[in-house]
Amino acid sequence: MFEAPTIAEFLADSNLASTLPATLLLAWTLLLVLVDLFAGEEREHWTPIFAGIGLVLSFLATLFVYAPAEGEQIALYGMFIADAFTGFLNMVILVATLIAILMSWDYLKRAGVHRGEYYILTLLSSAGAMFMVAANDLIAVFVALELLSIPLYILAAFRSIKNDGSDLALKSEESGMKYFILGAFSSAFLVFGAALVYGATGSTNIPQIVQTAQLVVGGATTASFYLLVGTALLIVGLGFKVAVVPFHMWTPDVYEGAPTPVTALMSVTAKIGGFAALLRVLVTALSVLVLTEGDAPAWQATATLIAILTLILGNFVAIAQRSLKRLLAYSSIAHAGYIMVAVAAAGSAGVIDAATQSALVYILAYMFTNLGAFAVVMTIEREDGSGGNIDDITGLARSRPLLAMAMTIFMLSLTGIPLTAGFVGKFMVFASAVQAGLFGLAIIGVLTSVVSAFYYMRVVVNMYLRDSSADAQPALETPYVRWAINIALAGTLVFGIFYPLATNLVSMVSIA
Amino acid sequence: MDVTGLSLTTITLFLPVVGLFILLLMNGETQKSSLKWVAFATSVVTFLASLLMWVNFDPASAELQMVQRNTWAEVSLGDSVINISYFVGVDGISMLLVLLTTFIMPIAILGSFGSNIFEERGREKLYYIFLMLLEWAMLGVFVVHDLIIFYVFWEVTLVPMYFLIGIWGAEERIYAAVKFFLYTMAGSILMLIAILYVGNRAGTFSTYSAGGDIGVIERVHNWQGEGTYWDALAPDADGEDESFLFDSVESLLFLGFLIAFAIKVPIFPFHSWLPDAHVQAPTAGSVILAGVLLKMGTYGIVRFNLNLFPEATVAWAPTIAFLGVVGIIYGAWVSYAQDNVKKLVAYSSVSHLGFVVLGIFALNAQGLQGATLQMVNHGISTGGLFLIVGMLYERWHTKEMADYGGIWKIMPLFGAISLVISLSSMGLPGLNGFIGEFTILLGSLGSDYLGFAFTLFGTLGVILAAIYLLKMFQHVFMGELKKPLANEDDYKLRWYEKAAYIPIIIMCFWIGLQPIVFFNMLDVSVDSIAALFVS
Repeated sequence: MFEAPTIAEFLADSNLASTLPATLLLAWTLLLVLVDLFAGEEREHWTPIFAGIGLVLSFLATLFVYAPAEGEQIALYGMFIADAFTGFLNMVILVATLIAILMSWDYLKRAGVHRGEYYILTLLSSAGAMFMVAANDLIAVFVALELLSIPLYILAAFRSIKNDGSDLALKSEESGMKYFILGAFSSAFLVFGAALVYGATGSTNIPQIVQTAQLVVGGATTASFYLLVGTALLIVGLGFKVAVVPFHMWTPDVYEGAPTPVTALMSVTAKIGGFAALLRVLVTALSVLVLTEGDAPAWQATATLIAILTLILGNFVAIAQRSLKRLLAYSSIAHAGYIMVAVAAAGSAGVIDAATQSALVYILAYMFTNLGAFAVVMTIEREDGSGGNIDDITGLARSRPLLAMAMTIFMLSLTGIPLTAGFVGKFMVFASAVQAGLFGLAIIGVLTSVVSAFYYMRVVVNMYLRDSSADAQPALETPYVRWAINIALAGTLVFGIFYPLATNLVSMVSIA
Repeated sequence: MDVTGLSLTTITLFLPVVGLFILLLMNGETQKSSLKWVAFATSVVTFLASLLMWVNFDPASAELQMVQRNTWAEVSLGDSVINISYFVGVDGISMLLVLLTTFIMPIAILGSFGSNIFEERGREKLYYIFLMLLEWAMLGVFVVHDLIIFYVFWEVTLVPMYFLIGIWGAEERIYAAVKFFLYTMAGSILMLIAILYVGNRAGTFSTYSAGGDIGVIERVHNWQGEGTYWDALAPDADGEDESFLFDSVESLLFLGFLIAFAIKVPIFPFHSWLPDAHVQAPTAGSVILAGVLLKMGTYGIVRFNLNLFPEATVAWAPTIAFLGVVGIIYGAWVSYAQDNVKKLVAYSSVSHLGFVVLGIFALNAQGLQGATLQMVNHGISTGGLFLIVGMLYERWHTKEMADYGGIWKIMPLFGAISLVISLSSMGLPGLNGFIGEFTILLGSLGSDYLGFAFTLFGTLGVILAAIYLLKMFQHVFMGELKKPLANEDDYKLRWYEKAAYIPIIIMCFWIGLQPIVFFNMLDVSVDSIAALFVS
């Protein structure tokens, strides 16, 4: 006899409480719709403030739920998992979203497109990212990915709601459309990959895939073949999201056209979601995909190749960019390459935990630094969207010394110079690559970071070493973005100078 | 186990940071005149602290002294956990280079007192902040014995130097600054991979043993297994097998470290950044670059390459020493061909550091002692030469030798000072340069690994040095005065200029006449390294 469970029974049974940070944020977002509805024009600042409160509450919930000693918990009958990995990335996503919201208020006001929906979509997307880092099932990965992506498609086109026919509006529309079409396309790959893996192993649940995949691989069966093709398609689908070569084509256009705070947000949260899923799928579920006894799993070679291509292309093409947003777009492709180095290293037994942890430290450093750099770019952009070229920051050190100093520190961190968070991330990633025996990859990684020094230093050269011939632009009043920069700067320096801080935070992470 | 008491080394190391924070809190506009005094006072206090270290230093002990070691972070690499520790301490070599750094710094700051770069470029506060940051990072390089922290300090020196050249340099400063940054970073980043491998293999990043933990150096030297520590199965560890040079792990690690250091020194053919950086840098930048920064490279070779990879060192010694000799002659040759006086001095660095490289790879006690002392000598003499060039430029606004002449007549004291420093640089007996070069040549003559030809061609360098330096002296100081200055007062030396030269002249004579004081300091430390290479 089937009996419908009471709500209390359901809660206890499904262990929903362990997904509290993400579900809380989702519920809060729905509440935010009402707040925005009743706030009206004269109280329009309520929406961002409430959005911020929601992020803080979710952050507190993360601290509360993910006490490191608790170990991992399964929620919603195996759909989601709450472990140290999820907890850490939740916090990174929440801080990133907070910084992005601080940037957005100024930007939307300046662009004349201030709408409450913006914040709702931002929070929805972040909730999607949080579900994605907790996903323990290919279905959950897909659903969370869509929740992460669809709001981002709309946000990318957000500038075009003021349909003034301006270049900016058109570019934003193009950006949203491009992102949507290619994103939908990549989702199809992901779903097809998941279907093939399901066909081969009979399950979409990651822990169960591990068990059945072990039996399937090795034999020259069709199941083994499907598993291999499925894995490849999953890599393609997620590779689109994290923008690694050769699935990166959309990135520069989308990043350039989207409103700057949206670009900042999606360069961080979409990548976090994508890499989290990639790590869970490859490391947790498919580390048994060993074709010849004693070898590394089959996907390690693929990941290595993707990492090499991404590092080389991202860094070299960035040199040619004049627009700062495009430069940062290519640099974000390159950084995906560095995280990919960690993913490849995670293919070697014995390095799995170290490599996963190094990927997380890198993501943390990249989050602070990249958001900070985008916030600076946003500050110097003018209302019509011009002023974001590399020549426009000439002499910035004289006209706005503090802003130039912040940008310099972000550039040094992206280069990976010691005493900044970027160095800690790179150090960890290369350490795991060396430990995994991937020396060629590590050497390509360090050499391409010398290449990256060239274009990051050019930004510094323009700010400090050249004097502007034109008069300095009157600075736009941007009270909140200053706080975004401050938070990003503090993160970059604190995690850079106090090295153990980041490593201690991730020391409990283990997804093998 | 850690040795956690606050050591004098830590205090000396962090004094520049104190100065940096004081400068940060000052107002760059209203307190403009006191900025330089704060920087100067900080550097003098740091110098006094390093003298105190010298007083406490026991030259008879082979151990690191004034040690402090705190575990800083634990990196989990796979199954093992590797400690990164804040590990400072000095032996004779470090002590001498710490003294050199703290000695050069106040002089470099005095050299910027009369500089007109601030009228044009401003940002005086930032300038002194970068000088403090640079001093901290350079001291860190010389006292730290943990590979990762060493790498941190090593890379951090790049940033202030980049800005010093880039903001306050001459016309081509941007090109020079970017070239300096990329060139040196390209070399050092490969060292990071080598460092990670070493840490991974040894399970620690500490080079020396402390408080019961065994450092990498001890592990390498006490290796009992087959082959070498790095290549348990190396075919033939004493370098006779040709494949050792390019195939063995030890040799590759050796190169990983060496390329980083060779670019910094610079060893021929990695020198092309140096003339640009030197010529474009402001006076204080050139003084520090020649005086201290280049020594980080040679220090690194002595400290890490020789200690960590003794077999590879032996295998590579003739090649690197050959490059050193090529550098001696090439540097001198190109130096002679220069019309630009600052470029002449810059290329002379290539030549002088060739001697240091030759001394190091003689791989015996004399060679190493001479090399270490020559690092100090070069710092003092070439630092002094750059000060002279800087003073000339401030008055005459030209670096072309053809525009000068007859300066000795109108500035007799300055002429005499310049003569002493030039003579010290070319190695006149009785002055410091002679002692260093003589000991190096003696070492190379007695070396088990180098032939007689190395000494022969090295000696040629001494003669060439006399030729190009006398050429410079003759063009600039003798003959008729070509361009009289508008203001007669400018012929007098300012007090801060005199104050900068006095210690340099004293050191030239002190090391020249009583080198035993400095050799004593080095004896034990150098012997322990040379003992590795007794065949």
